[in-house]
Amino acid sequence: MTEITPGSHDQGDAPPPGSPGASPNVGPVRDSVADLPAGAPTGAVRAADEAPSAVVGARRPLDIGQDIDLPAGTGAATVGTSTLLGLPSTRQAVQPAFDDHHPPDPALIGDCVHCGFCLPTCPTYVLWGEEMDSPRGRIYLMKEALEGEPLDDSMVRHFDQCLGCMACVTACPSGVQYDKLIEATRPQIERRYQRSRAEKFYRDLIYNLFPYPRRLRALRGPLRAYQASRLGSLLTRTGLMSKLPGPLMAMESLAPKLGPVERVPERTPAAGQRRAVVGLLAGCVQGTFFPDVNAATVRVLAAEGCDVITPRRQGCCGALPGHGGREEQALDFAKRTIETFEQAGVDYVVVNAAGCGSNIKEYGHQLRDEPEWAERAEALARKSRDISEFIVEMGPVAERHPLPMTVAYQDACHLAHAQGIREEPRKLLRGIPGVELKQIAEAELCCGSAGTYNMLQPEPARELGERKAAAVLATGADLMVTANPGCWMQVATTLARMGKRMPVAHTVQVLDASIRGVPVEDLLERALTGPGTALARAATSDG
Amino acid sequence: MTTTAGTTTAGTTTAGTAVAEPVRSDRTAALADRLRRAVGTERVLTDRTQVRTYECDGLANFKVTPAIVVLAESRQHVVDTVRLCAEAGVPFVARGSGTGLSGGALPSADGVLLVLSRLRTLSPVDADNRQVTVEPGVINLWVTRDAAPHDLAYAPDPSSQLVCSIGGNVAENAGGAHCLKYGFTVNHVLGAEVVLPDGEVVHLGGRAPEHPGYDLLGAFIGSEGTLGVATELTLRLIRVPEAVQTMLVGYSSVEDAAGTVSDIIAAGILPAAVEMMDALAIEAAEAAVSCGYPEGAVAVLVIELDGPRVEVEAQFAQVEEIARARNAFETRIAADDAERALMWKGRKSAFAAVGRISPSYFVQDGVIPRTKLPEVLTEMKRMADEKGLRVANVFHAGDGNLHPLVLFDDAVEGQAHEAEELAGDILELCVTSGGSITGEHGVGSEKRMKMAKQFTPEDLDTMQLLRCAFDPDGIANPGKVFPTPRLCGERPGVRKGEHPVQAAGLGEVF
Ligand SMILES: Cc1cc2nc3c(=O)[nH]c(=O)nc-3n(C[C@H](O)[C@H](O)[C@H](O)COP(=O)(O)OP(=O)(O)OC[C@H]3O[C@@H](n4cnc5c(N)ncnc54)[C@H](O)[C@@H]3O)c2cc1C
Ligand code: SF4
Ligand code: SF4
Repeated sequence: MTEITPGSHDQGDAPPPGSPGASPNVGPVRDSVADLPAGAPTGAVRAADEAPSAVVGARRPLDIGQDIDLPAGTGAATVGTSTLLGLPSTRQAVQPAFDDHHPPDPALIGDCVHCGFCLPTCPTYVLWGEEMDSPRGRIYLMKEALEGEPLDDSMVRHFDQCLGCMACVTACPSGVQYDKLIEATRPQIERRYQRSRAEKFYRDLIYNLFPYPRRLRALRGPLRAYQASRLGSLLTRTGLMSKLPGPLMAMESLAPKLGPVERVPERTPAAGQRRAVVGLLAGCVQGTFFPDVNAATVRVLAAEGCDVITPRRQGCCGALPGHGGREEQALDFAKRTIETFEQAGVDYVVVNAAGCGSNIKEYGHQLRDEPEWAERAEALARKSRDISEFIVEMGPVAERHPLPMTVAYQDACHLAHAQGIREEPRKLLRGIPGVELKQIAEAELCCGSAGTYNMLQPEPARELGERKAAAVLATGADLMVTANPGCWMQVATTLARMGKRMPVAHTVQVLDASIRGVPVEDLLERALTGPGTALARAATSDG
Repeated sequence: MTTTAGTTTAGTTTAGTAVAEPVRSDRTAALADRLRRAVGTERVLTDRTQVRTYECDGLANFKVTPAIVVLAESRQHVVDTVRLCAEAGVPFVARGSGTGLSGGALPSADGVLLVLSRLRTLSPVDADNRQVTVEPGVINLWVTRDAAPHDLAYAPDPSSQLVCSIGGNVAENAGGAHCLKYGFTVNHVLGAEVVLPDGEVVHLGGRAPEHPGYDLLGAFIGSEGTLGVATELTLRLIRVPEAVQTMLVGYSSVEDAAGTVSDIIAAGILPAAVEMMDALAIEAAEAAVSCGYPEGAVAVLVIELDGPRVEVEAQFAQVEEIARARNAFETRIAADDAERALMWKGRKSAFAAVGRISPSYFVQDGVIPRTKLPEVLTEMKRMADEKGLRVANVFHAGDGNLHPLVLFDDAVEGQAHEAEELAGDILELCVTSGGSITGEHGVGSEKRMKMAKQFTPEDLDTMQLLRCAFDPDGIANPGKVFPTPRLCGERPGVRKGEHPVQAAGLGEVF
């Protein structure tokens, strides 16, 4: 008769004996874990009416005028299959599911009123339409685990399938902090659940490679040679590519075109009057595969009156391993980054990769247990800004030259959902004479890149990539702009695979071109064929 | 029919892992195997971890773990599932998006939960005939989104419209802020394809606006999944009105605000929406979203008129007049979309915002005749004062649909119980005032005991007869809507032996 906070079902009318639920054949539903706050803040209707502005997710050929054919049957079913990534399941049941080291917080779980408002923006729910692969379902799984259910293959699978895009955080009217919840869950899985040998090998490979700029750079040589040799096209033509294991195929197909590295000096003086001293986080993937973006960032910052310090010895900020639940590695990276920027003596730390930015802003939370670090972590987090956020905050002063073109701006999830930065990049782009912004349908839906997701879960990533690519194409824009290396690679390579290449650039590259007065044709040309762009390869590994 | 006892033991079935298999009866184990063969292994869940995520709907304090969850992707999957359930005498419960607030989609422990969220195809909008045909899992807002380019819209707009399914809307006869003028879901469904509880597919209604014979479609709408499963629905679309005008009116007394509502309607004006909030609700909304409602208001009305521009303008002047006559101390008219949005934001955030002025609260859903608003509100206040509790009021005043929010502090011993009692008393007050126990959230599991307050045993028996005509074996969403689960009268020669539900002690034959 009343709506009570989930987790307190000992209140209210219990269904009388004899009603469903009293069957002896099914184990009684366990009472909620005692420490879920009883009756706490809300009733189910707490969430009422506060609808996110738009809704996404009809599954059918999209209403955006293109004709990709999503398979009938809402994509791959994720139930009942015993494999993940083509790898066998492990048949484990870890109990208790979580240890005491920061399990998902029951109080945060209790904030979820089970209203379902987050379902339609969740990419996996959009693909599969099943509760376990929705935010509400995943929160429920955490609750089950806290109540004593084991951490088993299916639970791990549904957590692994979460992209961490945080669209659900934006959508939730009750302010549920799903970001904190999933970030607490992932390390538990990595610590407690034994992945299969093959999967472990593959994960180790990723996390021992990508966060290390030096190793990545070492890879550039062979990769460039490989790209130059057209071996990729040959493999594709002969069908050998599709014989590679799924994950390797995914990795191969994502590598962007590499160009000569434009060196960023350690110190770049402000042009004219100095307004601030800022440090630039070079990023691991960004710095290696998209060095142009860093060079453009430095030029734009200098033009806007900043002394720019780009510390030589910086590595990964911890975002990649953190996202994968590799807590220790992530915290190590965080500390290294904090030290680096403390020594640099800067007013602000500017980040041009959305995933890194949202990670650094969480440093305080991540290092809350370590007294000698907590304060310093918080201090760095407070100083950190996304490049677009920073320029808007400072107020742009450098003159913009016209770039007459239409632009489809794609929100990176870790900018829009995780940092709430949606208006700033648009404002900067609109501030360039001649730029006309085009709206992308289903803007809040993740493109499937999501850090390492497109390497670990290539199937759903591919489907989401195609959906996003189609939506971007449908805008008919001259240029796609985004603010994250992952999204860039994901959408650009998907477009290439569909035989529809399109110029792609980072927000800051467009600003740079405008400030320097680069002709629009040159910008578009470079955005189509320059470094960082997708390799032209017709219909490849679509298996 | 009798069932074959299955011998499946945990771990030997195809899906899931060896460990987390829920304890199932032989009956459901055998059924699961048959379902897998019929609809495909990957659409049948029995893994305990997975099925537990389907334990509850939007009313999360009622939980039952289903034995089997079927994720249907086509009408044939629904037919196969229902037929196999019927053969095995196993109950099934349909589920859309799981946002229901009365536990309507609460599973049966020894049964099948039939999930329709993957049935989400919309046919192209038939703009000439202002119709669209959709599958039941289609989300309410998608219909309007698809209709918008044709200047059309789907009128029923529950607050949950961005997530709830059309199938669930039809089952609950969902309403929304604009139901005052446009009516509930029942006024916007032209036809339904329904899988009856024995697996037979029938079509109720059709594409024409009116049908001869009994209004079986009308009976199906609002039946909360107890008469069958809708697999396709043809919906009526409305023309987007030429003009929309919204006004915010502040009052120094609740009686004046309530009186205004009655006066407006008595004057022959039918607003698109009339929403009311009292002082507590205003305070909460203001704290949450600074909506800038008139200062010192004891009650506010949000009034929206829509239609042809000239008509809206003329009526708007009239409404202003009426409000003034009822001592409105401030009247604001939205100048543009932004102002209009702010007015609605205050109203729409009110529920969520009440969490800011009280640690906990209960939400009720009841209906009273509109003219009784002032006295019911006064009486409600008296009842609350007696218990030393506060009640905030946010409601669809136009159609008398109240959503009283009973505030309490669960840290105070016994207050939750007091609040719960008060919430129950308020419902009874609605009934004695000539109203009803639910406006739009349905009866489901939550309010079935309250049905006896509103209806006599004879009334309930009569309803049961209708139900039995559709579902003689009582396997479609059993245990919902009616106070006590009952079986339909025996038909000689049809069933042999004891009915399984009766055998399980779940029901009695009457
Ligand atoms: C925050 C919030 C605000 C809400 N606001 C409103 C509101 O303003 N107005 C309103 O009316 N409701 C409101 N609701 C309640 C709820 O959204 C509606 O009842 C909605 O119609 C349920 O749809 P659903 O798809 O979630 O159905 P479910 O919850 O999945 O199911 C509801 C019932 O429908 C049955 N059912 C589902 N699909 C079918 C089918 N295809 N065939 C037969 N039976 C079926 C189920 O068995 C169950 O009995 C609100 C809910 C929330 C959480
Ligand atoms: S996470 Fe938020 S939006 Fe999603 S079900 Fe929970 S309360 Fe609702
Ligand atoms: S983070 Fe993204 S993928 Fe994960 S539950 Fe939330 S919306 Fe879904």
